[in-house]
Amino acid sequence: MDPIEDVDIEAELATQIAAVSATGGEIEIFGSGSKRFYGEPMEALPIDVSAHSGVIDYDPAELVITMRAGCKLSEIEALLARNRQMFGFEPPYFGADATIGGMVASGLAGPRRAFAGSIRDFVLGVTMLDGRGEILHFGGRVIKNVAGFDVSRVMVGSLGTLGVILEVSIRVIPVPETELTLAFEHGSVDKHVRWINELGAEPYPITASSWVAGCSQLRLSGSEQGVRHAAGELGGDPGDDCWDQLKEQTLDFFDSTQPLTRISLPPTSDDLKGDWAQLIEWGGAQRWISGVVDIAALRLEAEAIGGSVCAFQRHGSDVPVFHPLPAAMLKLQRSIKSTFDPAAIFNPGRIYPGL
Amino acid sequence: MSQTRRQKLASQFREILASDNVIDQPTSLAAYECDGLSAYREQPLLVLLPETIEQVQQVMRLCHQQRLPVVSRGAGTSLSGGALPHADGVVLSLAKMSRILEVDRLSRLAVVEPGVRNLAISEAVKSLGLYYAPDPSSQIACSIGGNVAENAGGVHCLKYGLTLHNILALKLVSAEGEIFEIDQRSLRADGYDLMPLLVGSEGMLGIVVEVTVKLLPIPRCARVVMGVFDSVEKAGDSVASIIAEGIIPAGVEMMDNPAIRAAEDFVHAGYPVEAEAILICELDGTEEEVLSQIELVENVLKKGGATETRLARDEAERLLFWSGRKAAFPAVGRLSPDYYCIDGTIPRKALGAVLRRVRELSTEYDLRVANVFHAGDGNLHPLILYDANNEGELEKTEELGSKILQLCIHHGGTITGEHGVGIEKLGEMCVQFSEAERNQFHALRECFDPLKILNPGKAIPTLARCAEHNAMHVHAGELPFPELERF
Repeated sequence: MDPIEDVDIEAELATQIAAVSATGGEIEIFGSGSKRFYGEPMEALPIDVSAHSGVIDYDPAELVITMRAGCKLSEIEALLARNRQMFGFEPPYFGADATIGGMVASGLAGPRRAFAGSIRDFVLGVTMLDGRGEILHFGGRVIKNVAGFDVSRVMVGSLGTLGVILEVSIRVIPVPETELTLAFEHGSVDKHVRWINELGAEPYPITASSWVAGCSQLRLSGSEQGVRHAAGELGGDPGDDCWDQLKEQTLDFFDSTQPLTRISLPPTSDDLKGDWAQLIEWGGAQRWISGVVDIAALRLEAEAIGGSVCAFQRHGSDVPVFHPLPAAMLKLQRSIKSTFDPAAIFNPGRIYPGL
Repeated sequence: MSQTRRQKLASQFREILASDNVIDQPTSLAAYECDGLSAYREQPLLVLLPETIEQVQQVMRLCHQQRLPVVSRGAGTSLSGGALPHADGVVLSLAKMSRILEVDRLSRLAVVEPGVRNLAISEAVKSLGLYYAPDPSSQIACSIGGNVAENAGGVHCLKYGLTLHNILALKLVSAEGEIFEIDQRSLRADGYDLMPLLVGSEGMLGIVVEVTVKLLPIPRCARVVMGVFDSVEKAGDSVASIIAEGIIPAGVEMMDNPAIRAAEDFVHAGYPVEAEAILICELDGTEEEVLSQIELVENVLKKGGATETRLARDEAERLLFWSGRKAAFPAVGRLSPDYYCIDGTIPRKALGAVLRRVRELSTEYDLRVANVFHAGDGNLHPLILYDANNEGELEKTEELGSKILQLCIHHGGTITGEHGVGIEKLGEMCVQFSEAERNQFHALRECFDPLKILNPGKAIPTLARCAEHNAMHVHAGELPFPELERF
C-alpha cells in the first residue's frame, strides 16, 4: 500500500484566490469531479484542489483523523480500515477518485447515516480559505468543543459556496465485529415505514434499512453475540448485502436513463400520492423515485409535511435542483454566504440563485 | 434616572405580559443577578417572563425598537456566566414556558418548550421505554433551552453525542421578533445547515422557543467496571486501549487522588483513597453485547496496570460507583469555601503531560486542584479550591484557570468542552482564535442580529477586549507559548 502523498499547496491556493478576489472573477472549486452532477450547473474558472493531500494527524485511540481535503476517500478509508476504524456516515463515492473535500462539501451520506449520524455530526473542525484568500480555523481535533460558533459543521453540504476546505478533522468509529443483513416481505411503503420505526424504539443494533418492490431489508452491526441474538429475535430471511450498491446507486432500481428524485421526509410520513418506482431508506426519511415526476407538485406535498424534494439527477435544466427556501430564510442564507465570500467568487449559484 | 427608566419600561412591558411576569423590584431582581458562575453579578433593568411564543415576539419587537439588550435565561445553571444580566438590559426568562407539547413514540421525538428541565423529558417518556440522551450534571435543574444555547454535554457524550446530535428541530424568535424554524426531522437541511450554528450560540443568534428532541430506546442493560491505578498516565492509556479494542463505552470517567478522596469522604462509595486515579467505565446496550464487552474491558484494565478492578455486581452497586463521580463537584466544595471549575478539552494522549503541568501550576500558585476527567472525550475539569474571602485569591484562581486553558490550547485542545465561553473565557477566546476568525464570528452574528441586542458582550470578544487581554499577558512577564503563531 502506497503511503498517502503529502503535498501542501495551501499557500498557492490562497494566492490564487486572493488574485481572483481582487479581479472580480468566479471560481469553481474542483476535486475529482465525482459529485459535480450534484447541484446547479455553473460556468466558472475551475481551481483544482485535489493536489492538496496528506494525513496531518491520525491516532486511532483518539478516534479522530485530520487530513487535507485533496486526499482520496479510497486511500483514507483504506487507512482507517487497517486500524479497524471507519467513517460512521458511509460516504458514497460516485467516482473512484472522490476526495475528502468533495465528501464534506456535498454532505452526501450512505445507509448508515440514519442510524449513526450525518457527516455534520462527525466533523470536528476545518481549516478553510475564505473569499478574501484568508486562512481560517474553526472547531478543532477534539470531540467536545463549544468555543465560538460552530462554523466547521456549517461547511458540510455547503457545496463549496462558502470557501475552500483545506483540512478537516473527522471523528471515526470502530468497524463492527460483524454485520448481518435480513430480509422481510412488506407489501407497501406504509407497512415498511411503520415496521422499521417500531423497531427503532427497541435497542436493536440496526445500521441500515431499505425497501424496494415489496422487500424490506435491514442490517445489524455489532458484536457476534449481540447481532446473533438480535437476528434471533427479529426473524426474517437471509438478506442481500447490497448496501454498497445502494450507496453508490448501482442497484437495478437506479435506472441511468431516467430522472432520479430524492425526497426527504420525517421518517414516519405516509407514502406520497403517485404511482412510481420507489426505494426507501434511512428508516423512511430518504425516498428515491426513478422516473418522470411532477417536481412542483411533489414539492408542495412534501413541504406540507415537513419534507423537501431534490431533483437529484437527470431532470430538465428548468427544474431547480434543490427545494426552494422561504424568502426570509434565503435572505438570511445569502447574508451568511456574503460574510465568507463577499465578492461571491465561490461556486456561484450552485445551490440557489445568490448562494 | 435608572429607576425612572425602569418604571417606564416596566409599564410598557406590562402591556404585553401579565403584571407579575414583569419583575422590577430590586429585591426580586436580585435572584437573577448571576447564574452558576456566581463570581460575576449584575442587576438587570427588568426580568421578563413570557408564557407564549407570541409574547416572546412582542417582547423582542419592543426590545428591538428600543435597542434594549436581551439576555435570555433558562434555569440559570450556566457555569460560564452566559446568563449574566446586562445592567442596561432585560433578562428574558423562559422558565414559564415549560410544557411538553407532544410525544411521538413511533417517530421517537418530543416537542417541548424551552423551560422544560432536561431530566423531565426522560421522566415523561420513560413509560414508553425511551429517554433523552444528553445528561449534563445539572440535568435535574437545567432547561432544554439552555442546553441548546450551550450545546450541553454530559458523561455519555462519547457514545450518544452532544445536544446538537440529539435535536431534530428548533423554533426561534429572531432579534426582530420574527419566528424562524430549522426542521431536520427529515434528516436533511435545505441550503446551509444552520443547526450547528444555532446550537451552542449562547443566546446570541435567537431566542429558542420550541425544541424537538430525539428520543432513544432505553438500553436493556448497563454494567460498570472500576479500575484502580497507581498513576494517572496508566489510567489514561487504558482508555486508549479500550477504544483500540473497538469498544465505545457509554461513559468513561477518571478521577485523580484529590478528587477520589473528596468524593469518598462525602458519599462513601467505597473508592480506594490511596489510588492515584480511578476509571469508571460503563457499557450499555443489549445484554449479549454488554456481557461480551465488559469482560474484555476488565482484561484491558488489568493489562493496562490496574492494581485492582471491580465489576459492579448489581444495579445498586453500579449506582454506588457513579455516586462518587456524580457528587465530585459538591464533594470538592466541602473541602474549601469556594471552588472554580475549569472546562478544557485535550487530545487524550496529552493527559499525562497536562496533569503534570497542572500539578506544577498548583504548587506555584499555592492553590489545591482536584481533577475529574471525561476520559472518553478528553474533557478535563480541574477544580481549583480557593477562598474568596482572602484578598486577591479569586484573581489568583482566575489567572491559574486561564493558564490551564492556555495549556489545553497548547496541546491541541480547546478552552471549553461543554460549559461555553460566556463572560468567563472571553480572554482565552483571543488566544484560541485569530482576529480574522473572530471577525467572522461577529459578521455571522450580525446576519441574525444587526443591532447586536442579543446577549451582548458574551461568547465572542471584541477587538478591544482582545487587545486589552493580550497587552495584560505580555505585561505580566514572558509571553506564554511564544511558539504559537496566532498569539
